[in-house]
Amino acid sequence: MADTTIAIALMDPPYESENLTTALRILDVAPRRGYNINVFAYEGAAALAFTRQAAHPNPIHGKDVAQENHPTTKDQIAALLAEAEKHGGKVDWVNCGMCVDERGVNEHVPGTRRGSPADFHGFVEASVNVLVIPTK
Amino acid sequence: MAKKTLNIVESAYRAVMEEQDDTILWVLAAMQGVGAEHTVVLRGNAVNYAVAGQGASRLTIGDWQQAHPPKMDTDIADLIQKRKIPVYVITEDLDDRGIDRAGLVPEVRFLAKAALPGLFEYAVVNHW
Repeated sequence: MADTTIAIALMDPPYESENLTTALRILDVAPRRGYNINVFAYEGAAALAFTRQAAHPNPIHGKDVAQENHPTTKDQIAALLAEAEKHGGKVDWVNCGMCVDERGVNEHVPGTRRGSPADFHGFVEASVNVLVIPTK
Repeated sequence: MAKKTLNIVESAYRAVMEEQDDTILWVLAAMQGVGAEHTVVLRGNAVNYAVAGQGASRLTIGDWQQAHPPKMDTDIADLIQKRKIPVYVITEDLDDRGIDRAGLVPEVRFLAKAALPGLFEYAVVNHW
């Protein structure tokens, strides 16, 4: 078992809680410290890497699309993958296939892949530690 | 005439980094713009929204950097001053958290828990 691989399971959908921001901050730091990360995006989290997410203007803020520069989780995940690659780390990001199908979010950020709970089992077996962030 | 609606906001800092604002306060501001008549009561952890001078630093993930981190105090001031939405805070919830009333956004109104039912003359009460 590699002692530099960690697994994380996410459940929250994008734009609903702060849990994902916390998770992404942890995931951002891990590859900088030499960790490989395995992510199982389960239930609502299967939409995090959906490529058809679009930024929008915000009339309440008085900003157009460019000015608002609204965050999208797909961009954050793409940045995470690029950051890991820069540091020689490996990210295996699995989107739960059935969860993806339920939600119709089949197009995902390159570098992430479709998978199943069997992948999560494999992640647990292969990782030095596991962090589960469930929906509350 | 629009139904007068009381909105009790209790969930705080829910997805504010991703949305760059609070989704409930945002939708109330948007509805007010089309003729709704809202009042807001901040209770529980949401009383912290009224603390002046707060702000989150820019989130960075790899090379991605957030453009406009949320500023909840400015959003509260915007509701009060620009949207003309009254905003109350529950005094016991401030005290429980050690929040100094002098440090809050101007024109926030104070409300004791026992006085909350007195606001229930509203046609609709939404608890968020």
